[in-house]
Amino acid sequence: MSARIPPYPFARRLIALLLACIFSGPALAQGFAGLGRDAQGYALPDPGRALDFPRDHGPHPGFRIEWWYLTANLRGADGREYGVQWTLFRSALRPGDSDIGGVNWSSPQVWLGHAGLTTPERHFSAQRLARGGLGHAGARATPFAAWIDDWEMVADAEVTEDPRPADPDALDRLELRAAAPGFAFDLALRAEGPLVAHGQGGYSVKSAEGQASRYYSQPFYRVSGQLFLPPGAGAAGLAVEGTAWLDREWSSQPLSAGQEGWDWFSLGLEDGTKVMAFRLREAEGPGFTSGTWITRDGQATPLPPGAIVMDPLEYARIDGRRVPVAWRLRIAERGLDITTRPLNPESWMDVSPPYWEGPISFEGSHRGKGYLEMTGYGD
Amino acid sequence: MSGAGQSPPAPPSPTDALFRPVMAALLSYWLRQPLQLLTLVLGLALATALWSGVQAINAEARASYARAAAVLGQDQRDSLVPTVTGGGVDLTDFVRLRRAGWRVAPVIEGELPPDIGRLSVLGVDYLSLPPPDATAGEAQGVIPGEEAAPTYERAFAAPETLATLAPTARAALPPLAPSDMLPPGLLLTDISVAQRLLGRPGAIDRLIVLEPPAVWAPPLETLAPGLRRVAAGSALDGAQTGGVGRLADSFHLNLTAFGLLAFAVGLFIVHGAIGLAMEQRRGVFRTLRALGVPLATLIAALLVELLALALVAGLLGVAMGYGVAATLLPDVSATLEGLYGARIAGGLSFRPVWWLGGLAVALLGTLIAAAGALAQVVRLPVLAPARPRAWAMASRGGHRVQALAGLGLLAGAAATARWGAGVLAPLAGDQPGRLLAGFSLLAMLLLGAALLLPTLLGAGLSLGHRLTRWLAPGPLREWFWADTRQQLPGLSLALMALLLALAANIGVGTMVSSFRQTFTAYLDQRLAAELYVTARSDAEARAIAGWLAGRADAVLPLWRAEGRVATPAGPRAATIYGITDHATYRRNWPVLTALPDAWDRVADGTGAMVNEQLWRQDGIGPGDALNIGGAPLAVVGVYSDFGNLEGQVLISPPPLRARYPGAEGRRLVVRAPADAVAGLTARLRQRFALPPAALIDQAALKARSLRIFEQTFTVTAALNALTLSVAAFAIFTSLLTLSQMRLPQLAPVWAMGLTRRKLAMLELGRSVLLAVATFLLALPLGLLLAWVLLAVVNVAAFGWRLPMQLFPADWAILLALAVVAALLAAAIPVRRLARTPPTTFLQVFAHER
Repeated sequence: MSARIPPYPFARRLIALLLACIFSGPALAQGFAGLGRDAQGYALPDPGRALDFPRDHGPHPGFRIEWWYLTANLRGADGREYGVQWTLFRSALRPGDSDIGGVNWSSPQVWLGHAGLTTPERHFSAQRLARGGLGHAGARATPFAAWIDDWEMVADAEVTEDPRPADPDALDRLELRAAAPGFAFDLALRAEGPLVAHGQGGYSVKSAEGQASRYYSQPFYRVSGQLFLPPGAGAAGLAVEGTAWLDREWSSQPLSAGQEGWDWFSLGLEDGTKVMAFRLREAEGPGFTSGTWITRDGQATPLPPGAIVMDPLEYARIDGRRVPVAWRLRIAERGLDITTRPLNPESWMDVSPPYWEGPISFEGSHRGKGYLEMTGYGD
Repeated sequence: MSGAGQSPPAPPSPTDALFRPVMAALLSYWLRQPLQLLTLVLGLALATALWSGVQAINAEARASYARAAAVLGQDQRDSLVPTVTGGGVDLTDFVRLRRAGWRVAPVIEGELPPDIGRLSVLGVDYLSLPPPDATAGEAQGVIPGEEAAPTYERAFAAPETLATLAPTARAALPPLAPSDMLPPGLLLTDISVAQRLLGRPGAIDRLIVLEPPAVWAPPLETLAPGLRRVAAGSALDGAQTGGVGRLADSFHLNLTAFGLLAFAVGLFIVHGAIGLAMEQRRGVFRTLRALGVPLATLIAALLVELLALALVAGLLGVAMGYGVAATLLPDVSATLEGLYGARIAGGLSFRPVWWLGGLAVALLGTLIAAAGALAQVVRLPVLAPARPRAWAMASRGGHRVQALAGLGLLAGAAATARWGAGVLAPLAGDQPGRLLAGFSLLAMLLLGAALLLPTLLGAGLSLGHRLTRWLAPGPLREWFWADTRQQLPGLSLALMALLLALAANIGVGTMVSSFRQTFTAYLDQRLAAELYVTARSDAEARAIAGWLAGRADAVLPLWRAEGRVATPAGPRAATIYGITDHATYRRNWPVLTALPDAWDRVADGTGAMVNEQLWRQDGIGPGDALNIGGAPLAVVGVYSDFGNLEGQVLISPPPLRARYPGAEGRRLVVRAPADAVAGLTARLRQRFALPPAALIDQAALKARSLRIFEQTFTVTAALNALTLSVAAFAIFTSLLTLSQMRLPQLAPVWAMGLTRRKLAMLELGRSVLLAVATFLLALPLGLLLAWVLLAVVNVAAFGWRLPMQLFPADWAILLALAVVAALLAAAIPVRRLARTPPTTFLQVFAHER
């Protein structure tokens, strides 16, 4: 569970700020960005229901919050490391209206896009906001597409016409684009493994009180494409290759009231193993940890609460905030004990609300690369 | 001033030591003449009040415009609008643009149904363009109890707008929150709410370009050929934009001119009052100087006194100006809204700029008014006796200079009328140049005439004197003329003020009445057809025309396109109409000038008529070839077109559609018997489910136009009345002070047996005589003024020229008013004269100076 949680708060908070009317002051105090409010009127995750593809690739408008969240660790033709983030959030301003097709000027659905590009020296970020019901932002299961304005993540048309033999999925081949003043990227994603459900068959618990979300990933993307950087920050039209990780998550109340933010890791070990690990920080106590151990062939095993231990090692000061950017991460039952370092300690997403999200590398018991997301620090 | 401050420890100079006693001696005069002090202060205060009041109105209006233009940064953002006027933006175009990387926000605008309230609605996509206050968070606050309102359901309006909303309106509107950043009369809502309020579900009027499109974004022509991009600020007509700038500017220029005029009139009062105070204290000055007071000390003391008076009067004036502005603002606001669609706040906020400006003007005005008097003090021969008559004689030389200056100004006015625009236009840009020329012309005309007034009146009185001597000689009659001439110098400033006020009245009155008559006649001509139908599409228009064919006398489709015509100054936007040839046009169209076969040539597609804006401003007239939409047509006539700023061209439909394939043909001009219109309208509405605005009957349109027009000149009328009162006050103060000075002249006449009552009647007669004489001179001046307003200022500001018409009945009323003003002004001094105890007259002989 990672970044996904953030989106919910982000979107809520952002919209609250923009519209000055969603949340009253006390509500904002309930968890990060009001995430800890109850889910009255919204759909709730049902642990008894299995994930259903390709339908679940599309939106779930009855739930309050949902995201398509992609992070990529890339190496450029210039030999340098890069990171890319592309996220589309859906947020329902009010429950009940679950119709997401057709033109509806009063649609309660709001779409929010975040894009980030990290180089060793610089970090770029941008956001897009759009109302649902008109068509300039949205998502659909078949043929798969998620978009907001000119940012999009769409199934590669050629491949959908040419179904592959073994258990193909709509998310197997994607094109990913975003452009903003200062940076742009255009990437092709090819899945080299199956989808992975977190928690119990995609039912991911988020607190000791039982808050939960639906959560699955495609962690096995191989990526190629191009980055466009401003003069001085890198080559224009820079060819890149690497790996990427897509998270899909939806919920109506993913945080409990005392949780303040989270630290979320997606790790790609050199042996092909993938690890997802997160900690939801609490005002009192150690916080709630959870994660998934994913073998090279896609076998996923939940990491129960307490199995993961995270300790900040170094802090960076960004805009007056003290953010832990180097971590020691241990999973004793898997013999994992690593130290993570950011590609760029100032991978700060300058959106509202702001958060830290950027590529990392790690060594110790295992080596590899991954992505780190941290919310709720000093905002 | 006295050296008692922190000045270096030098021994006190005799000058410093004298300052206080001199000041005391000077000020003691005012203790003895409280009424004179009052007139001085009040005169200056009135002048300042009118000036700063007008300035306050202007400042308020400008602030409103700026707020309106800046709503959501629209003054800095381009818009995408449909190429076809009256069309909307397709949702598919919006989505295509956004998906292609164009960051645009949809907007809808309109007026609320009148039963909800007189409000403009601006609906924007809150998610593309957040409302101004939302980002400010809690600082703005929300109305208690409304925190729970659903997101899009929040509307914003200026606090003063909220305050004026009726409870019924509130009930019909979404939850409201105040926003200081919105102009008055505007309701900002999410677009979905605005669509609902305006009854136009799904409609988009235009798109605001939030950011320049990405370089790789496809061009607009490829993505949405039905849209065109217009630069920030220029695209927006209607209530909430700065697009009214040019028209409203000229309205404010008019107001400013009025303020200046009022101030000039006020200055005459101040000049008179100060001159009188100086004159009456000649004895004091002489005594002080004879006692050894240095000239510098005397002048310094006088300056201090004047500046103190100016400060007090200025403060009073600014406060009164606030009152004037607060009183007039609702009218100004109604005028601007009615005429130009610009909304300004109905409430006045206090702006330090015009506080300080008003004070500065009061100080400056006092100094200007006192300059002459101070110069006289400087030149005062210490030992010469000061006699009023001598002063009058001596001032004749001054009058000669004054008259010459007046003649010079009138010559300048004539030159400006002839060449002014040509000289000034390059200096100030074309249209402002012409306006500037118009106003300079006005200023020179008024000032020149005012300066000439004493000489002309003097000549007239001489003539009267001579005529009396020939026709009905008699000592009393001759004394009356002589004494009137004697009084002229003392009264001339007040009379100048009266002249200006009367002339302004006649001038503006003539303009307004000419305007009204012409406008009414024009409406009759231009709105000759009984019914005007605007369909929602060309196809619907065809269907309606088909339905009407057997039911109306004639159905004339009207085509329309927005295009550009080539003018000598470059391409100019113009509306091109394609009209169906019919007697309706041939008989009624208000043609100003045309070739003999003009209508035939329009009908056969070889000719075009242009409106007078193109004719007067761009010099396109009959005989010219006009490039319309890429191909020339011969201009065959010009028609008058009031109330329009833009160029307009009439041609027949085939050449229009050849040039503009996208021209719309949604309008129908319908001729029908007047008594059939109501029934036809009702059936049309029912048969085609037409919205109310789609059908306009001529009678309703005329009534609405006239109502707007009447509102336009309410402010003018109010300012006119104020100026006239100021002038009456000037006469009053002059007569009041003169009445005291004149005792020495009246005493001998009284001694010769004339009763005080008779003397008083003669005084009254004299006032009336002077007022009538001034009116007779004001009449031609006022008519000249009207001509300048109609033929120069209006053409420059609006591009239309009005034929001048004369309204003698109005003049008679004004003459009566002038006489009444003079009588009222003379009443108190005369009453005082009639009651002067005989001993006072006797004392004149005893204390002859």
